[in-house]
Amino acid sequence: MSTPLRQSPGARVGLSIAVATGLYGISFGALSVASGLDVWQTQALSLLLFSGGSQFAFIGVIAGGGTPVAAASAAALLGIRNAVYGMQMNVLLHPTGWRRPAAAHVTIDESLATSTGQTDPVEQTRGFWVAGVGIFVLWNLFTLVGALAGDALGDPKQWGLDGAAVAAFLALLWPRLRSREAAAIAVVSALATILAVPFVPPGVPILVAAVVAAAIGWFGYRSGSEGEGLEPDIDPYPRSDGSDRTAAS
Amino acid sequence: MTLWFWIIVACVVGFLTKLVGYLVPRKWLENPRVARVAGTLTIGLLASLTLANTVATGQQLVLDSRLGALVAAAVALWLKAPFLVVVIVGAAAAAGLRLLGLP
Repeated sequence: MSTPLRQSPGARVGLSIAVATGLYGISFGALSVASGLDVWQTQALSLLLFSGGSQFAFIGVIAGGGTPVAAASAAALLGIRNAVYGMQMNVLLHPTGWRRPAAAHVTIDESLATSTGQTDPVEQTRGFWVAGVGIFVLWNLFTLVGALAGDALGDPKQWGLDGAAVAAFLALLWPRLRSREAAAIAVVSALATILAVPFVPPGVPILVAAVVAAAIGWFGYRSGSEGEGLEPDIDPYPRSDGSDRTAAS
Repeated sequence: MTLWFWIIVACVVGFLTKLVGYLVPRKWLENPRVARVAGTLTIGLLASLTLANTVATGQQLVLDSRLGALVAAAVALWLKAPFLVVVIVGAAAAAGLRLLGLP
C-alpha cells in the first residue's frame, strides 16, 4: 500500500526542508557567538533546546543586554506552541517507548508542517521523522560552522551582525502574518516593547509584550481563528495548487 | 556560570514543553483558547524581539543602521527571498550603512 522510501513524497519533502532549515543554523551559530555566548553554549542550545525561535529568542535577549533569566523566560514562552504541535503529532504518530521522547525533541514548526501536509498516515510518519531528524543533524552541524566562523569574524557590528539578528527575527515573524488580526497583534506587541524599553531592564520589554499578546489571545479568542500564529517558519508546501495551506490548523 | 545555568534551564523547560504535548490528555490542549494563546504569544514575542533588536540599546531607544537592516529585510521578504538570504541582506544593509558613516 505504501510507496518505497525512495519515492516517498513525505520523505522527499522532509529532506528538502531539512536542507533549507539546517542551512540557516549558520546564521544562528554566528549570531549566538556575536551575542556573547561561547561555541559550547551555542552548540548546547542547538543540541538540547532545538527550536529555532526559542534559540534566537535566547540570544536576542542576551545580545540586547538582558539577563540570562529573561533570556530563558523568552525562550520558554516562545516554546509553548511546541506543546500544541506535540499534541497534534501524538494524534498522528502515537509514539511509544523511546520514540516518544525522541519524537518530542524533534517536534518543531517544520517537522509538524511536513507531516500534516501529507494525507497518507505512512507518509505523515515518514515526513515527520525525516524532517525532524534531518533538521536536527544539519542544524547542529551548521550551528557549529556558524559559531566557528562568527568567532573568527571579530567585531560583529562591522559585519552588520546586529542587522542580521533583526532580519532573522523579522523572517521568523513574517510567515505568521497571514491575517489582518495577526498583523495587528504584531503591531501592538511592538508598540508595547518600545514603550517599555526606557522603564524596565533590557529583556523585560519582550516579556511585557508576551503578556500583552497572551491577553489579546485569551480575552479576544472568540473574534479570531484559533490557529493564529501557529504557522511554520518555512512552508514545505508552497501554494502550487492555489489553495490556502491548512497544515498547522 | 549563571549563563550556563539558565541555558540548561531553557533547554530542560523547552524539552518538557514539547513532551507535555505527548503526555497530557488531548482535551486540555484542544481547548481553542489555549491554542489561540499559544499562537498570539508566538506572534507577540517575535514582533517584540524584532523591534527590541532594532531600536533598543540597553534602556535607550536609538535609531541607527539597524533600522536600515529592518527595512532591507522586509523588502527581501516581500520579494519572497529564503531565510538565509534575508539574514544576509540584513547584515549587508547594516554593514553598508555603517561604511557610509551612520551609527
